[in-house]
Amino acid sequence: MARSKSRIPGVALIASTHGLQRVMLLVGLVLVAVFLVVALGAPLVAPYGFAEIFPAQLPMSPGHPLGTTVGGFDVLSRIVFGARTAVEVILLAVALSIIVGVPLGVVSGYVAGALDRVLVLIMDAMYAFPSLLLAIVVSIMVSQGRSGAFTGILSAAVAITVVFVPQFFRVTRNATMAAKVEPYVDAARVAGSRPGRIMFGHILPNVSQSIPVLMTLNASESILTLAGLGFLGFGIEPNSAAEWGYDLNKARADIANGIWWTAVFPGLAIVLIVVGVTLIGESLNDVLNPLLRTRGGATTADEAEIAAVVAAGGEDRP
Amino acid sequence: MAKTAVSSRRALARYLLLRLVLIVPTVWILVTVVFFFMRVIGDPITAAQGGRLPAAEIEARKQAAGYNDPVIVQYGRFLWGLLHGDFGRTVDNQSVSAILVRYGPATMELVFWALIVAFAVGVPLGRLAARHYNKGADIAIRSFAVLFYAAPVFFVALLLKLVFSIWLGWLPISGRASPKVQTQLESVGFNTHFYIINALGTGQWGVIKDVLLHAVLPGLALGLLTAGVFIRLIRINLLQTLRADFVTAARARGVAESKVVSQHAFRNALIPVVTVMGMEIAMMLGGAILTETTFEWQGLGYWLSQYLLKRDFVAVQGITTAIAVVVAVASFLIDAINALVDPRVRY
Repeated sequence: MARSKSRIPGVALIASTHGLQRVMLLVGLVLVAVFLVVALGAPLVAPYGFAEIFPAQLPMSPGHPLGTTVGGFDVLSRIVFGARTAVEVILLAVALSIIVGVPLGVVSGYVAGALDRVLVLIMDAMYAFPSLLLAIVVSIMVSQGRSGAFTGILSAAVAITVVFVPQFFRVTRNATMAAKVEPYVDAARVAGSRPGRIMFGHILPNVSQSIPVLMTLNASESILTLAGLGFLGFGIEPNSAAEWGYDLNKARADIANGIWWTAVFPGLAIVLIVVGVTLIGESLNDVLNPLLRTRGGATTADEAEIAAVVAAGGEDRP
Repeated sequence: MAKTAVSSRRALARYLLLRLVLIVPTVWILVTVVFFFMRVIGDPITAAQGGRLPAAEIEARKQAAGYNDPVIVQYGRFLWGLLHGDFGRTVDNQSVSAILVRYGPATMELVFWALIVAFAVGVPLGRLAARHYNKGADIAIRSFAVLFYAAPVFFVALLLKLVFSIWLGWLPISGRASPKVQTQLESVGFNTHFYIINALGTGQWGVIKDVLLHAVLPGLALGLLTAGVFIRLIRINLLQTLRADFVTAARARGVAESKVVSQHAFRNALIPVVTVMGMEIAMMLGGAILTETTFEWQGLGYWLSQYLLKRDFVAVQGITTAIAVVVAVASFLIDAINALVDPRVRY
């Protein structure tokens, strides 16, 4: 397949897709772009502040295009500011997961032996556990029950981090195991490099290719986890920041009274952004993941997807 | 020849044994993590009663419950209790074991209904998508799968409630049964706590129907989430097996395409679904917390979130331990089935 020589990642990515795959990628990019613009420009886009109080449960009207909630918040403004909260939490969570998970994975894969076995056992145990439950426990621990704007966002991010560290760990560890038998690692060792330099100077740059894919896949999961935390009442206080899960929790009672706009719109916001991130993640996965390149070189997206499933299935087997 | 068969059977036995033994450290790690995480916040009595009782009273209760001992002593006592099947007592002095027995079946029932939905929706749609590869049906089904994945389970639950309970009025809005039926089901002679089993036991169609109607929406909400995963798995694996040499051989022999799919390719495509079932069950238990809360379905997930909000850590530890055991045992069983069924699994 003729790959674009462009160094701009987005252009190369779009150029290497075709047909349905390209449509899906473009839809994903547009959704995420809108989401980011809304998040960045929240104070300009939103008609009101996220904590401004109006009469409760107003239906949709020119003054309140999407109505007001049971707490008297403007639904549209809550959704717009909710995008901002989501971006903050995702960025923090993904950054923390990489900072913790990737070095652990490299060290575990390179050093091997007992340390590796213990770390793998711990990570597998955490990976197998219902992630939302783990996230709740951690968020309670971090926030200690008090959820200001920053502690709320931090505790949600740390909670999501605990769920994702095992994934980053697993991917980098396996890649490190494969990379450490490469000649360039031997060469570095013979040349007298210290283990730290070999791990983080030589191996890390070579195993980091799979990180962007995992990042996008995790971004969509972090939105869902954040919303789940908020929905169960372990999220961010409504006056500190707008959060979609919290709004959906409060909308439960409205549903019983037939007031649908307080639930449907925040829910749709979550669905749209998760669809957007998922579409980008899957396209990235197909195009960038070195595991998916089949021997002939000419791959369609679906052949690549099949190869991915085979690779994933093979990896899980003992 | 015979020798290899014996040695491979030994290898299988050794693998299964090792896998079985690994359940213990897995559960232990999770129980330990949760125990120390919860202890960082403080003791359950202050957390639950702080501000409501005088400081001296709280201190006395803490002393009595052993929360003034060093954490490591408390940890040892907690593990010792677990080994004897004692999950401790909640702050309002209920036995956690009794809570597990009473509400565990509700969660299992919900997961059971959800699995039925997931198979009933996911398998045929995945098969249809693979057969109409890259045509309209495939694209529509794949978009559905992405939507199922992207929609939070509680949002789907709220939408289902809105449409089928409020607007159409066809189905009950929450709970496991109507209040009257619930009283009847809880007072049967031999209470399994599985409402559907209790209902079948009464033999009254009205009761059975009531229980089934209450299960439709929760089962759908949790099941559709899982169906999205099934669609993708079945589709991809069926596509893959449809390109395998033995399928080409069958086609070359003149076997009809429908028969190629149903008899040659489809069975092989089901294997990976079994492989991921362990992960799926963990995911469904996570989803059950949200589904149960939305539908006030009083299972372990519902009570777990109630006890978490009340900061009752003994109850939380107990329920978490139970979930950890279920997840670990389920993934062992799945691995064992895989090793027995699929000769390609190397151990």
